[in-house]
Amino acid sequence: MRAEDSYTLAAETARTSYSRLVAILAARTRDVALAEDALAGAFQAALEHWPKSGVPTSPEAWLLTTARRTLIDGARHEAVRERVMPDLTMMTEEAHRLRDASEELFPDERLKLLFVCAHPAIAPSIHTALMLQSVLGLEATHIAKAFVVAPATMGQRLVRAKRKIKAAQIPFIIPEKDQLTPRITAVLEAIYVAFSTGWDEAFTEASKSAGLADEAIWLARLVVQLLPENAEAKGLLALMLYAQSRKSARRNQAAYIPLAEQDTSLWDRTLIAEAETALRAASTLSEPGRFQLEAAIQSAHISGLLQGSVNWPAIILLYERLIRTAPSIGAQVAQASAVAMAGRADDAARLLEGISEQAGTYQPYWAAIAYVERSRGNYEDARTAYARARELCTDPAVTEWLAGKLAELG
Amino acid sequence: MQYMLALYEDENVFMNLNEAEMGELMGAYNAYTTSLQEAGAFVAGEPLEPSATGAIIRNHNNTMQVQDGPFVEAKEHLGGFYLIDVPDLDAALDWAAQCPCASTGTVEVRPIWNIGD
Amino acid sequence: MQYMIVAAESEEDMAARKSTEPGAFEAYMGPWFKYSTEMQEAGVTLSGNALETPDTATCVRVRDGKRQVQDGPFADTKEQLGGYFIIDVPSFEATKEWAAKCPAAATGLVELRKVATLEEEK
Repeated sequence: MRAEDSYTLAAETARTSYSRLVAILAARTRDVALAEDALAGAFQAALEHWPKSGVPTSPEAWLLTTARRTLIDGARHEAVRERVMPDLTMMTEEAHRLRDASEELFPDERLKLLFVCAHPAIAPSIHTALMLQSVLGLEATHIAKAFVVAPATMGQRLVRAKRKIKAAQIPFIIPEKDQLTPRITAVLEAIYVAFSTGWDEAFTEASKSAGLADEAIWLARLVVQLLPENAEAKGLLALMLYAQSRKSARRNQAAYIPLAEQDTSLWDRTLIAEAETALRAASTLSEPGRFQLEAAIQSAHISGLLQGSVNWPAIILLYERLIRTAPSIGAQVAQASAVAMAGRADDAARLLEGISEQAGTYQPYWAAIAYVERSRGNYEDARTAYARARELCTDPAVTEWLAGKLAELG
Repeated sequence: MQYMLALYEDENVFMNLNEAEMGELMGAYNAYTTSLQEAGAFVAGEPLEPSATGAIIRNHNNTMQVQDGPFVEAKEHLGGFYLIDVPDLDAALDWAAQCPCASTGTVEVRPIWNIGD
Repeated sequence: MQYMIVAAESEEDMAARKSTEPGAFEAYMGPWFKYSTEMQEAGVTLSGNALETPDTATCVRVRDGKRQVQDGPFADTKEQLGGYFIIDVPSFEATKEWAAKCPAAATGLVELRKVATLEEEK
């Protein structure tokens, strides 16, 4: 095994164990901050030792023992120690006793922790950050960079949210049936925010949120594993995998490459296959939803481009269903673009006209208008729209691409 | 775990109810209180007179100032409260949602502070 | 006559509750203990409670049969509901005196509200 492979394996195991233990400890004490405090040092130690010495037989037992030792040594953590020691001692003993048993050491509480992070009594704007920190162990500074806020601000928001979880006694439970769907939706939406943040920022500020898209996929795989009967979780996983499969083809050096012009040989076929499997499994559950529809649209684009002919009427129908299920300006603009691609530029123009009031500052709207007007031979309107899109664009590579389109029109 | 359910209502709507409507509302509150009691969740509850009958008192630098109430300049005002004892926030939110006030006004759910903690 | 003393506390007072600075909590809490003891000795208090800070609050509305849950307190004001007492006193004047003595009156404000007696309303 190469050195970086052993590091990757150790890091992956440590992260999985860490998140499981934070969830278990927090579920017992309803105190997420406390659970993190108790385990943070042990996690760091694992990342240091495991790549060299190998992953221990029972990673959980190792982490718990190390956490206990760290707490005993660290006089600074006196308050923490008093609060968490009884739990930690009991769990360490449990872990050692069961070390050689083949059954799972502890029940998986991570799903409960995900539901707590995306609880309706916690502001949706902090759901994603809370998940990234408590389930994945990401540091506040890293999360702050990804969300473009000051680290201190992000730290305060996270502390505040965790204080509320404890003070208001948000329960660590799987919600009852009548509440399950909206609660899962909140969890999935928070994961998707993490992915989109990583996706949007992947090239503009590579250092800032590097890996956030991968973290989101990791979380989605976890939810799919823990909630095998949920169709939308599989839909979300498929959607993100389709997008991620094209990561290497999205840019040539620094230049933006639109989907239709991408080198399909750069697409990751393993991820595409995993996405197809997830989407098929979702469809057998007969519970359609927003993420499955978006994944189906991605699937249609990808298979079309791989086969050399895109089925635009099918894509337009999928967009119609998506807009009925989860109306958004983004979906409406995308539908209009698909209509234009199908050769119906006049219909596309009418669709875009219909949303002009709401979409005035939405860059893709102006790019779509530009494309449609150029197709209809209205070069002056196309120029104006490209110029507006360029003004609104925040991604330098896309800005340059738009400038190129503008130049083509003379 | 105890929570205060603070009931914020539009007093104008309340005061413009006719006798039948008022009776209906009282009935709804009585039924709600009874179901809280039957569930063993009821600790206390008080309705308040309209905010205009109250006052705002400040005593900064030992100078007493009395003003007409209420202090929150909103369409909805504190119209009463319940104190409930339930296992966790989800249970408290369920009770809050069932309160007649939730359908027309806002119910704020606030944990009681155990000062020892 | 029953009145509700609604203590609306300043941001500084709310912060002092959770402060780790030595003495900050005691400086905040001292006057409250003194006040509640004084009221109890005078025999006016029927009940009272301190509330967790407003950032632990959650608002619930039901519109068109659908539950809306929102993080945070109802009122977006400088002073925030921090606790209450229900007192029984002979007159509104006496209530005002008790309100003025409330620690929240010194740094925030106190809202006095008459408790409704449902029989009277009929």
